[in-house]
Amino acid sequence: MIRLFEAVGRGVLGVFDALGRFFVLAGQTISGAVRPPFAIRATALQVARVGADSVPVVVLTALFTGGVLALQTFKGFSRFHAEGYIGSVVALSMLRELGPVLTGLMVTGRAGSAMAAELGSMRVTEQIDALVALATDPVQYLFVPRVLAGIVVVPMLVVLADVTGILGGYLVAVAYLGANPVVYVENTFQFLDLEDLTSGLIKAAAFGGLLSLIGCQTGFDTRGGAEGVGKSTTAAVVFGSLAILVADFFLTKVLF
Amino acid sequence: MNRSAEPAIRLAGLTKAFDRKGVLEGLDLTVAAGESVVVVGKSGTGKSVLLKHVIGLLKPDAGTVEIAGEDFWKAGRVRRDRIRRKFGMSFQEGALFDSMTVGENIAFPLARHTDKGPREIRERVAECLELVRLPGIEAKRPSELSGGMRRRVGFARAIALAPEILLFDEPTTGLDPITTDVIMRVIEELGNKLNPTTVTITHDLKVAFAIADRVALLHGGKIALALPPEEFAKSEDPHAAAFVRGDSALEPEDTPAPPSPPRGSATIGAVP
Repeated sequence: MIRLFEAVGRGVLGVFDALGRFFVLAGQTISGAVRPPFAIRATALQVARVGADSVPVVVLTALFTGGVLALQTFKGFSRFHAEGYIGSVVALSMLRELGPVLTGLMVTGRAGSAMAAELGSMRVTEQIDALVALATDPVQYLFVPRVLAGIVVVPMLVVLADVTGILGGYLVAVAYLGANPVVYVENTFQFLDLEDLTSGLIKAAAFGGLLSLIGCQTGFDTRGGAEGVGKSTTAAVVFGSLAILVADFFLTKVLF
Repeated sequence: MNRSAEPAIRLAGLTKAFDRKGVLEGLDLTVAAGESVVVVGKSGTGKSVLLKHVIGLLKPDAGTVEIAGEDFWKAGRVRRDRIRRKFGMSFQEGALFDSMTVGENIAFPLARHTDKGPREIRERVAECLELVRLPGIEAKRPSELSGGMRRRVGFARAIALAPEILLFDEPTTGLDPITTDVIMRVIEELGNKLNPTTVTITHDLKVAFAIADRVALLHGGKIALALPPEEFAKSEDPHAAAFVRGDSALEPEDTPAPPSPPRGSATIGAVP
């Protein structure tokens, strides 16, 4: 019985430990971002890397999600003859919800895990110690360009996802379900507000920051050789995805 | 070079535990400016932990680290990085940044901490590679180098800023005898040309005797013994004798922790 309490206690302490560590490193990242040296080139490099890594997977995900949305809404809406609204539903769900969340999850799998693997292997080969020994703040040097890149790139990818998602819906509706192309396009933009787009982009920036920070942190705190790097990479994806889904709920509540 | 009355490095009462397991237990060590101290000891006695405390990669649970008379952990973040610039550290496997070329690795501290232009940096990089006897390999990637070469490039990066203190972590571990000899010669040459204070960690006594002004034995979380090489080799101390002769039968039973030597006896190189 005592052992059970001990295990529970240790688990709870572990969670608070990790949370505390997260906020400490987040604080160090922010303070590193606002003091020189400013890593403009390194950030640009990361933007290119994260972007290039993620474009194919984001495009494919969005294309099929848009398509399946059109199919599903057709199935439901045809029951009460509201097929004309499929375009609106696809566009609204992509912009407000699915674009940012799915992009966030995909970039976590692609770039967040890569960050964890890179920083993890730097940790186990003492490259991070070498940075400190060379009088360089490793959080500033490694985290700041990656987190900034995440915040900049994910919104860009979300715009791409929104466009391809709407295109996917259009293709399915027009080519497969026989919708009138002109009417479909008109319906798509009929109920859209600028705010639908901006709320999605704000979410996207938040997700980008979260997933890169978590990717960097799990890599940075890697322990124990190659096995540790593997664990960190997995943890980056699991915690990054969880963080995105939880943050999505709260951001939606605030932004609505 | 710093030849003031202050020792280059003074560790006092250094204590560090990992997961409640004590590694350093009140360790004292003083290194005079310009002195070469080699710390030897069995695997797992905390030699690397000791070295990481010297440059502030690890923060002691208790005790102080003084560099040229300045308490490292009482200094602020900016000041600590200033103190770290006095150091050059060479890591066990080189710890080269594998996203950069050899040249970029050596240029890294120069570009970050000096206002040298690209041409001056290039010249200094070439000079450092010359010093470790690897001229002209700037464009190579760390992955293209052998273990011994990686370590020497690590030396070159460590000396780029002409540091006052050089730290070597297991410079020859896992290398063949010939490469070991090359590395030892390079370390000797660096010592002669730059005249730094050096602390070297190794379990290779041949290396220790070749480059040390004093050899210190780390045992039970403390410096058990610190003597010039000739005296260390002849020492009657059972741990030292077991170590020198490589005979575990000579090693006394040492659980629990051995009686600590009287304070001060373990202080090496104290400036009179």
